[in-house]
Amino acid sequence: MSQTILPELQDGEIKNKKSKILEALESEDLSIQFTDALDNEMVLNMGPQHPATHGVLRLLVSLDGESVKKCIPELGYLHRGYEKLAEACTYHEYIPHTDRLDYLSPMANNVAYALAVEKLIDLEIPERGKYIRVIIAELARIQSHLLAVGALLMDVGAVTPFLWAIREREKILDLYDVICGARFTTSYTRVGGVAQDFTDESLAGIKKFIDDFENNLDDMRSLVERNKIFIVRCENIGYLSKENCIDLGLTGPLLRACGISRDLRRDEPYLVYDKLDFNIPVYTESDCLARYYVRVDEMIECVKILKQCVEKIPAGQHNALQSKKVLPKKERVYTKMEELIHDFMLINFGVNPPKRESYCAIEASKGELGFYIISDGSGHPFRMKIRSPSFCNLQALAPMMKECLISDTVVIIGSVDPVMGEADK
Amino acid sequence: MSKETIELLRSKLGNFQIEYTDVNGTPAIYIDQKDVIEVCNILKNDESLKYNSMVDGVSVDRFEKKNRFEMIYNLVSIDNNKRLFIKIRLDSKKPEMETLSGIWGSANWYEREAYDMMGINFRNHPDLRRMYMPDEFEYHPLRKDFPLMGIPGSIPLPNK
Repeated sequence: MSQTILPELQDGEIKNKKSKILEALESEDLSIQFTDALDNEMVLNMGPQHPATHGVLRLLVSLDGESVKKCIPELGYLHRGYEKLAEACTYHEYIPHTDRLDYLSPMANNVAYALAVEKLIDLEIPERGKYIRVIIAELARIQSHLLAVGALLMDVGAVTPFLWAIREREKILDLYDVICGARFTTSYTRVGGVAQDFTDESLAGIKKFIDDFENNLDDMRSLVERNKIFIVRCENIGYLSKENCIDLGLTGPLLRACGISRDLRRDEPYLVYDKLDFNIPVYTESDCLARYYVRVDEMIECVKILKQCVEKIPAGQHNALQSKKVLPKKERVYTKMEELIHDFMLINFGVNPPKRESYCAIEASKGELGFYIISDGSGHPFRMKIRSPSFCNLQALAPMMKECLISDTVVIIGSVDPVMGEADK
Repeated sequence: MSKETIELLRSKLGNFQIEYTDVNGTPAIYIDQKDVIEVCNILKNDESLKYNSMVDGVSVDRFEKKNRFEMIYNLVSIDNNKRLFIKIRLDSKKPEMETLSGIWGSANWYEREAYDMMGINFRNHPDLRRMYMPDEFEYHPLRKDFPLMGIPGSIPLPNK
């Protein structure tokens, strides 16, 4: 898909000429045509169907030899209009759509959305429900980071660690199967709790997973972390200064790799994170290697959180007892009149929040995932804005890629770890 | 927490016409369109406020006769761990405001998104193109008068 256009091969003239293609890209005139191919710098069109862009991201890269002069990311190839769709759904109906935002960690999206709606309607869920949500959110973080790290390693040429990462990831998906009955599109949370309680089997599965995980992760790390090819290809690649990171509004691992310790789990605590003990890994180099280490260290912290949660999880109700806001249990809907009425009202007209605006964000695996909901008092949101971390992080691609080599572009994309499902919404 | 922030804002922004409100517990301010740049510069650069990161830009179509459109920016002060929403009411017929991308770099894409989805025009924006929709698309899909099912024929489809 490349448009190979080489500079004119005459001495002196090559450097002073501004690329026509760049001019065309910058201008609003869409009718510019090129007759002489040798008149231009090379512009490479990478994607939207390119294996290294991790989805349908399209990059327009202008090259001078092998080094990148300018990069323009183009979005919108996976735009499904989820914000418009939300305006036609009740709050419960929208939950399955949140799976499809960041499809690499659907559980975290479910939790973020449920928390946002609960903040809007002033609903507090019982302690057990909160612990369950912390557990699934942390599993989602491991799940997402494993793929991010594995794919980054594969982009620099190491295929085995990718397979080992996927093997661990499969175990988490199998756990989801036990927890909620689905591997990918989980839709596990509900407004006011979760769809079903943890069974002993699921808790035992989680315990077994976290017992094995650290060793398996160490195995994977020992393959690459002292490997010269990996280090040379990641170190000092994709550098972005601290000021730029703040200016571009980056969140998540990208921000923590540049020396800023910001994590919403500690800074704006939600659920039960203030009762748990965990560290926030911070690196200062702000290159691809630092981002790799932030993710790997975060996975170890996740295991620490999971261990505490599995120990501390209390018995009792997992769903809030508010029949006007929380869906009743199915077996009671079939046998009790009262519950049948509530179920009918909730499904058909939805939870009716007060007329207000509300914003609630969680620290998802890629950064701050927030929902800004404006309610007009009816059963569906008047306007819902999804603050997706990938969208904002992708903005950093262009400054990161300045003056890097064409082979580094794939490493940089891998280290940013964008998911187009949530970037394009 | 919210009260202290508002007191602080009042003392710093006394010269401007500002409406104080909140978004479910988080402080928010309405800024008059003509003061936007000055106020935002103070919000970003003042030592005690230091809202140095802009993490979200929300465009809203209120569907009212007056001031139909609105932009909401979500500011975060990383040093002080505070959040603030700034809101700007925009005209109904010709929604237009000065760009904030010169102050916070992340505003660039959020404003492109708002332009694409809501048709808000940002003056002096460095690169005001559509974010998601194709360039030749004529409508702004998140406006309330755009039907949910779309407008037939608005996106050319390939022949069968």
